[in-house]
Amino acid sequence: MKSYHADEHGYYGDFGGAYIPEMLYPNVEELRTQYLKIMNEPSFKEEFEQLLKDYVGRPTPLYYAARLSEKYNTKVYLKREDLNHTGAHKVNNTIGQILMAKKLGKNRIIAETGAGQHGVATATVCALMGIECIVYMGEIDIKRQAPNVARMKMLGATVIPATSGSKTLKDATNEAIRDWINNPVDTHYIIGSVVGPHPYPDMVAKFQSIISEEIKWQLLEKEGKENPDYVIACVGGGSNAAGAFYHYLDQSEVGIIAVEAAGKGIDTGESAATSALGKEGIIHGSKTLLMQTTDGQITEPYSISAGLDYPGVGPLHAHLFKSGRADFVSITDADAMAAGLELCKLEGIIPAIESSHALAIFDKKQFKSDDIVVINLSGRGDKDLNTYIEYFNL
Amino acid sequence: MMNRIQQKLQEDKKILSIYFTAGYPAINDTAQIIQDLEKNGVDMIEIGLPFSDPLADGPTIQASSTQALQNGMTTQLLFEQLKDIRKTVQIPLIIMGYFNPMMQYGIDAFCKKCAEVGIDGLIIPDLPVKEYHLHYQQIFEKYGLINTFLITPQTSDERIRFIDSISDGFIYMVSSASTTGAQNSFGDVQTTYFNRIKAMELKAPQIVGFGISNAATFNQATATTKGAIIGSAFVKHLTNEGIKGIGEFIQTIR
Repeated sequence: MKSYHADEHGYYGDFGGAYIPEMLYPNVEELRTQYLKIMNEPSFKEEFEQLLKDYVGRPTPLYYAARLSEKYNTKVYLKREDLNHTGAHKVNNTIGQILMAKKLGKNRIIAETGAGQHGVATATVCALMGIECIVYMGEIDIKRQAPNVARMKMLGATVIPATSGSKTLKDATNEAIRDWINNPVDTHYIIGSVVGPHPYPDMVAKFQSIISEEIKWQLLEKEGKENPDYVIACVGGGSNAAGAFYHYLDQSEVGIIAVEAAGKGIDTGESAATSALGKEGIIHGSKTLLMQTTDGQITEPYSISAGLDYPGVGPLHAHLFKSGRADFVSITDADAMAAGLELCKLEGIIPAIESSHALAIFDKKQFKSDDIVVINLSGRGDKDLNTYIEYFNL
Repeated sequence: MMNRIQQKLQEDKKILSIYFTAGYPAINDTAQIIQDLEKNGVDMIEIGLPFSDPLADGPTIQASSTQALQNGMTTQLLFEQLKDIRKTVQIPLIIMGYFNPMMQYGIDAFCKKCAEVGIDGLIIPDLPVKEYHLHYQQIFEKYGLINTFLITPQTSDERIRFIDSISDGFIYMVSSASTTGAQNSFGDVQTTYFNRIKAMELKAPQIVGFGISNAATFNQATATTKGAIIGSAFVKHLTNEGIKGIGEFIQTIR
């Protein structure tokens, strides 16, 4: 049977692999040879599941959104990742990776962050385990996301500004990789999305796959079947989408819809819709689709949502796009903001602006009245309050 | 036919190789820098193809790459600047760059162009040995280009043996677990590493890079190896002095 999961070399069709400098080879090779073995150890599984339950607050509800369903004349379920500790799905991965780091005997953690959500989730698990934490964050993002910088500091992390290049997420990722090159023995790099060299995309997807694992049994309880007609998630790097799609990738009867950020519009030059605007290339150690000049220089994306503001996309998603397994839809800032506000009014839930992009799918696609549509509500909107205030003049 | 790099490696002398970023400090300095380096007794030159996201580089080369791109440097422009370079210089020329810009140019087209303008080899830090071996080696060889692989103090003996077996030129010995950047001296870790590699009696000569900045580090690095590469320290010289005084800089090394 055709599979959409990574092969043994870390390739999803044409995408993936490990395009890394030799200096990183021992680190990445150690992880590659160990990650599946460690993840399958009973003691690892037990601790991971225990922490997800008692610390993160899983399982997160699968909520039937009655008023939203009525308005769009279809059956809408929201997977409430916004109710996780720290406010988003990101913590599923950081819990998994901190346990991985402990098993590998590492005593220093580095991470990159854009908006600060992954940085906060990493600082949180480092505090939990009493491990040193260094977070790289673009100088520009540090100014834009002051509350998350404060959170990381309160949690004991050191936040180092990335001052190279465009001073945003891609540069923070470069700086984290450079740190790893300079600290090859004691340090584990907790990547925040399904990006980077193999085995990261597969490992992060596996940690996030708890999302679709829960959707399956929750839907069975509520609808008497495991499979929805559609599962929908926003994609920046693509970790929440990877988790929501994971157990449905090889179930061809389940429609998969990936929602990217169009920014001000695909053709405006201010967009982050990688599937529409990207070409095949190498970014952060992975062969995938990325936004770049004709000369192969990586360009700076734009979205109102900092979490979708990444010039590449995980190799899994590049493959889902190229193979046609998933439909890729792009949503503008304006449509996302409107959809976010609509969820507030209809369901009493303030979503993260990333998740609002997925919620805007109803502008683009008409579902049948008996379709079961699961939308991954990847995060809550507290962190975006300033953006909402400015945008709507609240 | 023997490649210029292979010929140079056979000479009975220590190799001094210099790296600079194409398009820096000014867009059209490329040919002049190459000519001045050859005139002043440098043995080999690495021409840096600037990239927006140079993962393996420290602040000095990052900044030069950013500036070179702002100056308008492109792959195509570099080839135009090098079009007549073989009319004036004999020195082995290597392009060092990241893989993405080469992919966008087209690997076959890129290698073909390299051969046309007289480039002898490539150093691509983020093209892994295995990927090269499986997918690109035939293309490189078709155009007579020598690819160079890196080893570090963390590289296992087994892997070093494999890299040695597929190296037609030299092995690029990264001096320490670090990104590029100048250091004033090497410590015990480097001495142990240099001695370990020497004892392995590899087929391919080794040239040390990363952290070579002056006569002291050059002599230390070349005591047990064939040569050394100076990058960041030379780029810093270009930042401070421009392209004047390249001869004086080289004289401080040897």
